[in-house]
Amino acid sequence: MALLRTFLLRLVTTIITLFGVAVIVFVVIRVVPGNPIAMMLPPGATEDDIAQLQALYGFDKSILEQFIIWLSGVVQGDFGTSISTRQPVAGLVLNRLPATLELSIISLIFAVLMGGTMALLGTRYRDGKAEGVIDVIAGMALSIPDFLWGLILILLFGVLWPVFHISGRISPALNIDFSTQFYLFEAILRLRFDVIYDLIGHMLMPALALAIPLAAIIAQLLKQSLKETMHLDYVTLARTKGYSEGKVITREALPNAVLPTLTLVGVQFTFLIGGTVIIERLFSYEGLGNMAIDAVINRDLPLIQGIVILFALLFTLVNLTVDILYVVLNPRLRNAR
Amino acid sequence: MQDERGALKRPLGLRLWLSGSWLTLLFFAALFAPLIAPKDPLMQDLFLGRMPPFWESGAEPGFWLGTDSLGRDVLSRIVYGARLTLIVAFVAGVLTCIIGATLGLIAGYYRGWADRIISRFVDIWMAFPPILFAILLIAVLGPGLFSIIIAIIIIDWTRFARVIRAEAMSQGAMDYVASAQVAGRTKLDTMLSEILPNVLPTIIALLTLEMGIGVIVEAILSFVNLSISTDSPTWGGMISEGRTSIHQAWWVLVFPLITLFLTVLSFSQLGEGLKDRFDPVLR
Repeated sequence: MALLRTFLLRLVTTIITLFGVAVIVFVVIRVVPGNPIAMMLPPGATEDDIAQLQALYGFDKSILEQFIIWLSGVVQGDFGTSISTRQPVAGLVLNRLPATLELSIISLIFAVLMGGTMALLGTRYRDGKAEGVIDVIAGMALSIPDFLWGLILILLFGVLWPVFHISGRISPALNIDFSTQFYLFEAILRLRFDVIYDLIGHMLMPALALAIPLAAIIAQLLKQSLKETMHLDYVTLARTKGYSEGKVITREALPNAVLPTLTLVGVQFTFLIGGTVIIERLFSYEGLGNMAIDAVINRDLPLIQGIVILFALLFTLVNLTVDILYVVLNPRLRNAR
Repeated sequence: MQDERGALKRPLGLRLWLSGSWLTLLFFAALFAPLIAPKDPLMQDLFLGRMPPFWESGAEPGFWLGTDSLGRDVLSRIVYGARLTLIVAFVAGVLTCIIGATLGLIAGYYRGWADRIISRFVDIWMAFPPILFAILLIAVLGPGLFSIIIAIIIIDWTRFARVIRAEAMSQGAMDYVASAQVAGRTKLDTMLSEILPNVLPTIIALLTLEMGIGVIVEAILSFVNLSISTDSPTWGGMISEGRTSIHQAWWVLVFPLITLFLTVLSFSQLGEGLKDRFDPVLR
């Protein structure tokens, strides 16, 4: 019951948030100084040409009218037409979304694995040299942003010891006739191991760049929560029962210590998705973020609008998922009411 | 316990000292760029394209860190690039700090409706991911130095407002503030002469961290060509060029990258160090 309530409540706030974002984005974009339509036409275009094109994109109407037209289109899945490519925004954006989603999820998995391992090791060998080393590594990892990690990885594994791909999503030579853009997901389903290998090889560097700062945050917070749990009675009890220290940590302490980290990972995951914008650019990875930068450079307003709203949707969905997971995993909330 | 304290203190001192020295060096390099830079950073010479740094064979004397594909001196471009980087770091950092800290002080000390309004805005801002904000703002303002600075201020003022509000609130509850008011001082006077000096260390630490953010934001935007025009040397622009010619001329990427790396690290280490040092609990 509590689960359903939380879900419905959060669904309503999600919709309200998205509507708010849509309004803000729409208004902000339309007060742009400089005429994006005029920039599309070759120099020497007449006033008439500009007016005609503006009418075509609906820029000649009032902001409120434009918003209503746009919103009624959105409800039907029509996000308008991109100025720079003259293609429907919805198609362009949805075509790129899978690449960004796959990269973000792989990065999250990396971050959880790396951060979790560091936290567990740090707790197992707490108050010793190993914990000190882990603290220093986490501190360093945190004070360097993902953009710099990306560049460092390019230098290390693209140039000094060129073992990994540092640009693109998939080798062009590879022949794939997949029906979706979720290459990795589909490759796993079709058991195309050559494709999986190639995709992971391309994703490894950008995913690591995104994952390293998040791994450091997870390591710090989870280790702290674990160490606090280690003093509690039931952990001591488990120890007196003769469980090994490693087992005490993973079986007894971890389930209780993981909740604060989960909430934080949710927030940080949205930052990670935001980070894909620059990381995709750095690694020439054909995703949504790379497209966003092109859209800003070309001042393609309908496209920017579509991308920003899609990102906002992603962020709110992540938050929704985290809230639900929190209720599911927290026994105190699960049994309430 | 005593040992642990000592161990905590020692690396901190070295950390502050090293990062402080690097930033001072960079500051003077930027200030006296025309005297320090061995070449004109814009001078092109296609016959001198992609010359390696001085210790490699085939290096051209005078071009210490080599040249890029257009034959421009990498060292001179790094030195001149430091100017733009530090201007963004300083101007954006200080303005963000002034606006955010002022709002934080007012919210935390005056409380009431001012606090409600400011806190509401902070909440809304926190819900909006910074990267979306940045995309929107740069799209709206258009590329350029001015846009970068405005974008940083608009996005990051909450960083200061949140922390300073909390600090001002806890300071405002202390006896010395009450006694200042009993002594007949006005609220504004008390805020400026009693509260502000006590939260100043936090403000300085946050400002240092913010400058580091300014450096990386400028580098990213010039990397994707959304900073100032492409002729002026920027670290991000050099890195972008170096990224494309990485297999032919690694030095075009590596030297600006090292400089950027050290600068970002220095600002963040200095900020963290100052935060620890000023933190009364750790002290």
